[in-house]
Amino acid sequence: MKFLYLVASNLKRKKLRTLLTLLSILVAFFLFGLLCALKAALAGGVSMAGADRLITRHKVSIIQMIPISYRTRISAIPGVIAIVPQTWFGGIYQDPKNFFPSIPVEPADFLAMFPEFVLPEAQKQAWLTTRTGAIVGRATADRFHWKVGDRIPLRSPIWRREGGNDAWEFDLVGIYEGAKKGTDTSQFFFRYDYFDEGRAFGKGQISYFTIRVKDPAQADALAARVDQEFANSAAETKTEPEGAFAQAFAQQVGDIGLIVTGILSAVFFTILLVSGNTIAQGVRERTEELGVLKAIGFSNGLVLALVLAESCLIAIIGGALGLSAAWLMTLGGSPVPGLLPLFYIPPANLVLGAVLVLALGLITGALPAVQAMRLGVADALRRQA
Amino acid sequence: MLNWLSQIVAITFANLKTLPERRGAAIAAAVGIAGVVTVLVGVLSIAEGFRRAMTVSGSPDVAIVLRSGSDSEMTSGLAREETRTIADAPGLARDASGPLASPELFVIINLPKRSTGTDANVPLRGVSAAAFGVRGNVELVEGRRFEPGRNEVIVGAGAARQFAGLELGKIVRVGQNEWTVVGIFTAKGGVAESEIWTDAAVLQPAYHRGDTYQGVYARLASAASFREFSDALTTNPRLNVKVVRQSDFYADQSTSVTSFISGIGVVIAGLMALGALFGALNTMYSSVSARTREIATLRALGFGASPVVISVLLESLALALIGGAIGAGIAFVAFDGFTTSTMNWQTFSQVAFAFRVSPALLLKAITWSAFLGVFGGLFPAIHAARLPIASALRAT
Repeated sequence: MKFLYLVASNLKRKKLRTLLTLLSILVAFFLFGLLCALKAALAGGVSMAGADRLITRHKVSIIQMIPISYRTRISAIPGVIAIVPQTWFGGIYQDPKNFFPSIPVEPADFLAMFPEFVLPEAQKQAWLTTRTGAIVGRATADRFHWKVGDRIPLRSPIWRREGGNDAWEFDLVGIYEGAKKGTDTSQFFFRYDYFDEGRAFGKGQISYFTIRVKDPAQADALAARVDQEFANSAAETKTEPEGAFAQAFAQQVGDIGLIVTGILSAVFFTILLVSGNTIAQGVRERTEELGVLKAIGFSNGLVLALVLAESCLIAIIGGALGLSAAWLMTLGGSPVPGLLPLFYIPPANLVLGAVLVLALGLITGALPAVQAMRLGVADALRRQA
Repeated sequence: MLNWLSQIVAITFANLKTLPERRGAAIAAAVGIAGVVTVLVGVLSIAEGFRRAMTVSGSPDVAIVLRSGSDSEMTSGLAREETRTIADAPGLARDASGPLASPELFVIINLPKRSTGTDANVPLRGVSAAAFGVRGNVELVEGRRFEPGRNEVIVGAGAARQFAGLELGKIVRVGQNEWTVVGIFTAKGGVAESEIWTDAAVLQPAYHRGDTYQGVYARLASAASFREFSDALTTNPRLNVKVVRQSDFYADQSTSVTSFISGIGVVIAGLMALGALFGALNTMYSSVSARTREIATLRALGFGASPVVISVLLESLALALIGGAIGAGIAFVAFDGFTTSTMNWQTFSQVAFAFRVSPALLLKAITWSAFLGVFGGLFPAIHAARLPIASALRAT
């Protein structure tokens, strides 16, 4: 404790310098937090993917449709325990800028497949009995201030209704919450029967199936089995684990990981240099005092520890404040909900942040601390700072 | 006045001469600013490259006709009779074989990205013979054009670079169909270079599209005849279409991605700049405090306060500009011309493009570093000028 007092008074010696160093570390870790959230947001669905779920789509591309009748044949394959058809509707609410995904599904099967979407039982019942019923996630409901009972008009540039009209209307019967922090609650789901009967063309065609398999270890074999079932047909399929599908999708946006890592390295290198230099300078100015400490019996190890404690203390205070600020900011939700529905710092990254804080403290302190340790007493006492 | 100037020059030179003694702090400040500038220029060069790929494709002399209500070719649809009516409209350029209007199909196929091996959505465009005349910037760099009626494709240079299996002579298998790559083309770096082209008449049956198209690309007689052409189509009761200039069409598609990336870039670089500013402030404060006695001596000799302020500012500015120049240089070497591809959300397909460090970006980098230099030096400079002379002279 008495040593802590010593460390603190050293830090207080040049308050402005300590404050500036602290602030630059704070900014660095604030940025680190935001970049982690950004990376998680861009990777999106990967974190949501279930290990026991597969996606089956048209082999040529996701925009080609496959017949819903495939469901019967896929269900018959041993090891498949559930299957849900989904279709890209591309609904536009008032303006294309208000983008959120909209997908027709079959309510009961759909909710059973995706337990991460939590819907109150009463709202589920309402959905099952309302043909024009739709449910939406908390994020989108909050974004447009929708509440249960609202009538939501969507325009679909892809799907026209019989008669050539592209305006569809839905009754909002439920708002679902995410079971986990990483659950995307931006999507809008409505009933497939209402959709299929209403659309002018493409009846009986869907975009992709989500399949639940009994044994995740058999997922790859089962995916191959599904594709084999439709080999050489008019609509061949491509089946892959949900995670791989989401991963490939994220890769299409670009190699995000690489870019984020690059930026982070640049930031860290910069901050390391700036704060390292300041700390080193602080120690150099105190050469004489360190000599005194040694003269009155402080061991080399203790001097080393004192200097390291000083640099670590700055790093920890700055880092903790920066990470907390970033965390508070992500609590406010995504700044661009249309593009990035998810915005949060994954817990693993917070741990990584904590490790980096310590590393920063140790590395910036290391050089001056070793110098201080090696200092000869007589030499130090004679030197003028 | 002259005296004042010579005071500034004298102090500034004295400051700069002692820089090597304070090189640790000086280098730290410069590197901090170099880091900011590298990140700023790096991220913005992505946005700039994407914007450029999209805008060089857009010519004001070319009009795109889509079904009204559709926001991209993906969601549009036109019957053959409609495309004929469109081609016969006034205001179009003509060549020996008739009006320069190309009815086209636009679909997406999955191909593995070279860098990651994962599937990517690559646009496959069915074009008519007039397409080359309409675009005017498509040039074959390898091989030849596809022959009408045959399962042959030509591949944009960007697509050939980013996606596997598109080399000359390779066979692209899509569903039940096989296409041979017979040529590689460029389009002045524009978005067409990310596409694969084939004969629309071959693509229609392969995709069960019957006798329909998705859009018509037409070359206008001049940029000014857009109005005439557009009015003729939108007032025609047999058509239900919208007409856009190609330049506006692509500029529109690029805004969301471009502003998203630039937004991120500016936020990140802005935060970093804040961090570097604290570093620069630290450096300059310690630079001033190391010279407390010298400054006080100068003041005692009769040097004014303002030359002291300006000299500190100049020193900070010099360090910042050196840092900025180094950062801009690193960014230019590392990022300029780096090719990649990303998703164009409007067409749900890949656009290959090269990062671009433009002169305007470099100018921006220098401006940022100058600002950082001035702000980093301002308070320390004022601090230096306010030093009480008598006690400062006694400082150790």
